[in-house]
Amino acid sequence: MAGTTRVLGGHPGLYGEYSRKGGIAITATHYCAGCGHGILHKLIAEAMVALGVQDRCILLSPVGCAVFAYYYVDCGHVQAAHGRAQAVATGISRAEDGAIVLSYQGDGDLASIGLNETIQAANRGEKIAVFFVNNTVYGMTGGQMAPTTLIGEATITSPGGRDPVQSGFPIHMCELLDTLRAPVYIERVSLSDVPHIHRARHAVRRALEIQRDGKGYAFVEVLSPCPTALRMDALAMEQFINEKMEKEFPLKLFRDRSKDTEPIHRPRSDYSKDTLDRIFGCTEETLRAEAFEDTAFETKGIKIAGFGGQGVLSMGLALAQCAYDSRRYVSWYPDYGPEQRGGTSNCSVVISGSPIGSPVVDHPDVLVAFNRPSLVKFAPTVAKGGLIICDSLVGDYAVPEGIRAIAVPATEIATEMGVPQAINVVMLGALMEVGGLGLPGEAYSGALFEVFARRPELLSLNRKLLEKGAKAARESRTT
Amino acid sequence: MMKRAEVKETNNPCPVINTLECKACERCVLACPAKALSIGTELNERGYRYVVYAGSGCTGCGSCYYTCPEPNALEVHIPQTEKKEND
Repeated sequence: MAGTTRVLGGHPGLYGEYSRKGGIAITATHYCAGCGHGILHKLIAEAMVALGVQDRCILLSPVGCAVFAYYYVDCGHVQAAHGRAQAVATGISRAEDGAIVLSYQGDGDLASIGLNETIQAANRGEKIAVFFVNNTVYGMTGGQMAPTTLIGEATITSPGGRDPVQSGFPIHMCELLDTLRAPVYIERVSLSDVPHIHRARHAVRRALEIQRDGKGYAFVEVLSPCPTALRMDALAMEQFINEKMEKEFPLKLFRDRSKDTEPIHRPRSDYSKDTLDRIFGCTEETLRAEAFEDTAFETKGIKIAGFGGQGVLSMGLALAQCAYDSRRYVSWYPDYGPEQRGGTSNCSVVISGSPIGSPVVDHPDVLVAFNRPSLVKFAPTVAKGGLIICDSLVGDYAVPEGIRAIAVPATEIATEMGVPQAINVVMLGALMEVGGLGLPGEAYSGALFEVFARRPELLSLNRKLLEKGAKAARESRTT
Repeated sequence: MMKRAEVKETNNPCPVINTLECKACERCVLACPAKALSIGTELNERGYRYVVYAGSGCTGCGSCYYTCPEPNALEVHIPQTEKKEND
């Protein structure tokens, strides 16, 4: 129409004034002259507004020069710790299904400290758009070598040029992620000059469209100028990107599977009590057996110790189950090394008539020692008037004064019965008999069912072992 | 707050340069196909030289706008005629 003027300018999607930045030029960015970040901010803001998704967008600011992206882009923001942007983005995306999550990261953040997060998020196909600003150098910290620094490129930490023998080769993020199955969109673009910016504009928009449609992971690598750290003027910068960077990092649409991809719908996590009860097999019957306050019940701390693999931890679990079934408050607290077999392991069980503050047992009322090292280690910690139950194989040991000790031939009994791995059941029987824990005998048999074996023949064998342990403890006490 | 350059009524497209935001990075100078932009000699209040328009030659292609890293430094005004109704 005659008399009207079309204006290219004014950026919806970016703030008009950068009041969070402040300073004397509140309308200018903090970026250096010729920096690519401003160009990419403009493209993201433009796409956000054009697609009508501004209110749904959450931008993750990285660590690096773009740490202050939230000064400029008019949408929701979270600033993530160095390298963690895509882990944080994952959380946001999963918690807010309608959110459009944009992770904006540099080469140090994404390809160095955050490489694992990047690969894992891509591999899970998280619903995030990642903008990876690759300028071959650490800009904010003053121009150090980056994972993407070119071979022979001089930086302040590679003054003679990057030497692959010393520092390896530039990391190609698009190519790396292109080996994964989940990503929907991967493209490498450049901001070197206007024709390249137009292609980048298209890629940014595509990445946001994929988020709008909830289709999954979109990765846009952006070759970007850093005239300050690379010590170049505008022309040299343009030539460096077009001629040197592009040779190492070819511009390419690696994949766009958005047409063949259905939107991802993840069901809401269900942490309701009903669901948890179902998962853990809590039936009406077991749920009735909740602990009750009983101040007359004496709190007991029990330590069970032995070699890893002797069934120390599962004996503790059986005892805890037994206490739980008897409607006592109970805690079970394991302490073991990295070995599944061998090494030492112990667990602490607290049984009480009132809620338990700490599951740690420093001075056990009862120590069950499966072997000599455990006896030597823990016997001195047993409370005065306490009880030690140990395997008779431990040999002679001078028990501390004021402490009762009972040796039970648990290994011998279990071996005789043909189940040498069931020492712990024999020990549990001994504990039932002489432990003085105030729990009914039936509860111990019940725990065998819950913790060890539900098959009838094994259950009956375990009951025999339990009874033999009890008998041995009885006889040992009387002798 | 933003000091805006004066826009003269004209029938030709032209870049509008906001001198406060310009940092003289020269990207627009390189990008302009008409070579109508150059870095001036004066300094803005922040101490940067800034880009100036030759006064003629602009075709309204928008290259300077797209390549400018400062969102508020540069606009391109393109008068619309009845024939070119493409807005």
